[in-house]
Amino acid sequence: MSSEKKQAELIKEISGVNPLKCMKCGKCSASCPSYNEMDIKPHQFVSYVINEDIESLVNSKSLWKCLSCFACVERCPRDVKPGKLIDAARQIVVRQKGQNYLLADEIPELLDPELPQQLLVSAFRRYRR
Amino acid sequence: MKYSYYPGCTLRTKAKDLDVYARASAVALGIELEEITDWQCCGGVYPLGTDEIATKLSCVRALNEAKEKGQELVTMCSACHHVMKRVNDDMKNVEDIRTRANNYMELDEPYAGETEVLHFLEVLRDKIGFDELKKKVTNPLTGKKIGAYYGCLLLRPSKLLAFDDPENPKIIEDFIRAIGAEPVIYPYRNECCGGYISLKEKELSKSMCEKIMESAEGFGAEMLTTACPLCLYNLNKSTGAKLPVVYFTELLAEALGVRGEYQGKSAGAFGKEEMEKEVQVS
Repeated sequence: MSSEKKQAELIKEISGVNPLKCMKCGKCSASCPSYNEMDIKPHQFVSYVINEDIESLVNSKSLWKCLSCFACVERCPRDVKPGKLIDAARQIVVRQKGQNYLLADEIPELLDPELPQQLLVSAFRRYRR
Repeated sequence: MKYSYYPGCTLRTKAKDLDVYARASAVALGIELEEITDWQCCGGVYPLGTDEIATKLSCVRALNEAKEKGQELVTMCSACHHVMKRVNDDMKNVEDIRTRANNYMELDEPYAGETEVLHFLEVLRDKIGFDELKKKVTNPLTGKKIGAYYGCLLLRPSKLLAFDDPENPKIIEDFIRAIGAEPVIYPYRNECCGGYISLKEKELSKSMCEKIMESAEGFGAEMLTTACPLCLYNLNKSTGAKLPVVYFTELLAEALGVRGEYQGKSAGAFGKEEMEKEVQVS
């Protein structure tokens, strides 16, 4: 098995998503509040996994633009859950040594007096291991 | 009525208001919220990976304590509610997660999703009833035009959260009516505030919050109400508090006439006896 194929299988396994169910209606991208910020759009994540182009997916800035708002998950008529696919791609990145997207050293300058603890724990959970 | 209560990390710190006014209101409504012993943070976001187990255990501990006490588990924060509810669903319906979490926990009796998780708004709607709540209001917020801000976490995915209609919710509007105010329905009430993106990308969250505020203001809202500390922070921070944003529990406490007594008090001041001394249980 090629390493790209392995990575695609891993994304499917972590996410629990079957990308072949997608019928390319584009509702996920139409619903996504971060659509304009994404280089690979939500409906395209699915194709990247099907085509086993995981290299492009893990290097996409879209991984760090997803808000986990579940609009795509809610509205998908085929229950594909694109938000879970992108989280799995993010996991593949941050589970590697030295690939955390947020470092503890960055925190002090990101803080302000009102910043809720919830924001820090959420960001830590999504951006690093 | 006695419930187990899971406040969560932010309600102990930056969102004390959300907690304090809820506890004051609960006493006024004759509800007892028994805090889970030594609860741990839910993590703020639900771990989406199907292989995530350890990150779900803090919720399993709280859920199991409620089960052992035979109580339903009440949450106050949208994020805690979201995570708790989804972990509970995993424990109930996903065999692999249930088995592995129970292997780790070594409980006397395995936990299998027996506890019912209720957001405090659901307690108001389904246990007390908004009609009953209306009768208990001593200080109706007449004439106040309030926009409900739902955000994401209470509503989606609706199959699991089963909270309200995800596209056209009405629970907070019904709550606003029950306390005597006027709900303002505006299109962005279930759009995302940016959530955790505001840590590293303040501009992105700002543009989203501005749309929400403009939408609410355009439809005539004078203030917004939410159940989520992060939504409140993002909305306040990025729009310079264009419209005031308050926790729904603060409005509730005000309508029940118990707001003033509790203003500025820390959550720690709310031992059961102390609460009963200070607020007459109706």
